[in-house]
Amino acid sequence: MVEALENALLAALPAARLERDRFGAEVVLHVSRDALLRTMLVLRDAPSLAFQQCMDICGLDWPAREERFDVVYNLLSLTHNHRLRVVVPATETAAVPSVMALWPAATWFERETWDMYGIVFDGQPDLRRLLTDYGFEGHPLRKDFPLTGHVELRYDEERKQVVYEPVKLTQDFRNFDFMSPWEAMTTLPGDEKVHLNRVEGPKP
Amino acid sequence: MSLTTQPETRTVEVDSHTINFGPQHPAAHGVLRLILEMKGEVVERADPHIGLLHRGTEKLIEYKTYLQALPYFDRLDYVSPMCMEHAFAIATERLLGIDKDVPERAQYIRVLFSEITRVLNHLLNVTTYALDCGAITPALWGFEQREHLLEMYEMTSGSHYHANYFRPGGVAKDIPAALVPKLESWLAQFPKFIDELEGLLTNNRIFKQRTVDIGVISAEQAMAWGFSGPCLRASGVPWDLRRSQPYDVYDRMEFEVPIGRHGDCYDRYLIRIAEMRQSLRIIRQCLDQMKPGPVKVRDNKIAPPSRGEMKRSMEALIHHFKLYTEGYHVPAGATYSVVEAPKGEFGVFLVADGTNKPYRCKIRAPGYAHLQAMEMLSKGHMLADAVAIIGSLDIVFGEIDR
Repeated sequence: MVEALENALLAALPAARLERDRFGAEVVLHVSRDALLRTMLVLRDAPSLAFQQCMDICGLDWPAREERFDVVYNLLSLTHNHRLRVVVPATETAAVPSVMALWPAATWFERETWDMYGIVFDGQPDLRRLLTDYGFEGHPLRKDFPLTGHVELRYDEERKQVVYEPVKLTQDFRNFDFMSPWEAMTTLPGDEKVHLNRVEGPKP
Repeated sequence: MSLTTQPETRTVEVDSHTINFGPQHPAAHGVLRLILEMKGEVVERADPHIGLLHRGTEKLIEYKTYLQALPYFDRLDYVSPMCMEHAFAIATERLLGIDKDVPERAQYIRVLFSEITRVLNHLLNVTTYALDCGAITPALWGFEQREHLLEMYEMTSGSHYHANYFRPGGVAKDIPAALVPKLESWLAQFPKFIDELEGLLTNNRIFKQRTVDIGVISAEQAMAWGFSGPCLRASGVPWDLRRSQPYDVYDRMEFEVPIGRHGDCYDRYLIRIAEMRQSLRIIRQCLDQMKPGPVKVRDNKIAPPSRGEMKRSMEALIHHFKLYTEGYHVPAGATYSVVEAPKGEFGVFLVADGTNKPYRCKIRAPGYAHLQAMEMLSKGHMLADAVAIIGSLDIVFGEIDR
């Protein structure tokens, strides 16, 4: 089934950059920003592909990468019963073309991606925040956004209204990292000699 | 005012005005703030403002181990908790590569409870939807039936709502022996309840006036707007993930997929009623086919050892300790795993980076796509119809706002 999808993809899009996941069950298509709309139109309208539904659009943040974001589209074809994941790289400034004209369902997914990651969608007229508070600042799902956020909310008895204040933590934020020493560190402190006597096996 | 002075009459032309529907309104099914632009009593534009229940679940999950992330799923669609857990459990199993190793009994239990959850969800939706359309009795009756099912939740998982029962690699523990007779007696009386419920609603003149030909969506539109589940099937698209992309033991189950024709509010109601009857068939088949056996994978690096074993064996103690502090490491990869939740396609896009915490966990909620079509569905309808449309879409804010 996956092979049939891959063959259909390569027939309709000869230059497609395809990838399979580790277990060979899911197909991933990498597209550049310029080619996105063209590719998506083929994916939706080619009879052998017929992805009628865009089930989900979301962002992904890789801060170490030069183009730090990915926009991930999960498409579904009801007639052929197959799924495809389309991945497009993005940055804070480079806009990704909106697929709203192809699938109207994309509007809220794109609004959410902009809200959460700050990825701009070109051609999306309604790029308002969706899930965060009115007047919220920042993009909370970025990896450099703190889990606690920047502001907190409380009811002020004197002013008889809800007020925003900078977050005050009564105890420092703790991120428990339970990585096993024997998996995260190959050499334990004071145990360097172990490497002298060990016969190194092949690298896994 | 004295009688001699004529009150000055003033005529103000109002073309359209906006009303603020919610966020505190019983018919909004949660914290929906709907800005409605009205022309008289006709809806011109509907702009749903969501996010008032946003709790940052996806961000929180990035800071938790896979086992700690699971309880968050109960709190998404709090009307059908176990189906949400199911999607995350399947996604994690795929990334771990153990999806073929889940014991058969665990798969049956998961299917059994998924269907109990479906009845639980449809009961709440159908009855509160009827409440929105002016009928109070179904809600009073339906909640009694829900309570019976929630007692079964409690017997099995220890909790009424936040079950935390499905785990990657199986389920938390086996079902208690007392559950089967209780479920049998519930199964015996429930078809009669559905008949009585239908007697109140299906041919009810008021209910039909409120729902027939209201909020019509064609099959093409429903697909383009990302509809799934009962809302898609009501428009005449024969699509059910339990049938077309079966997971666990759904491929062994015999059931029918009810399909609507008109795509209106009334068809969406009929589909849910028919689905409850099909769920009963699946529950019956699960009870008949289930055989005794283990309920979680044998690998103690993923599923905890038994309590008794932990008290006696040093290795089991180490496994137990490591599992509940560090958790397990999931090899790098990504998956988009879906289940047919009662509301539609519930998907989890899970990205692992080889550590013990998810790198990214995107939750695809079916109600999110349905609510987005609210403007298209309610345009040109009366204000009271907007309420019926919200009810028929089965909106729960836990999953939409996340």
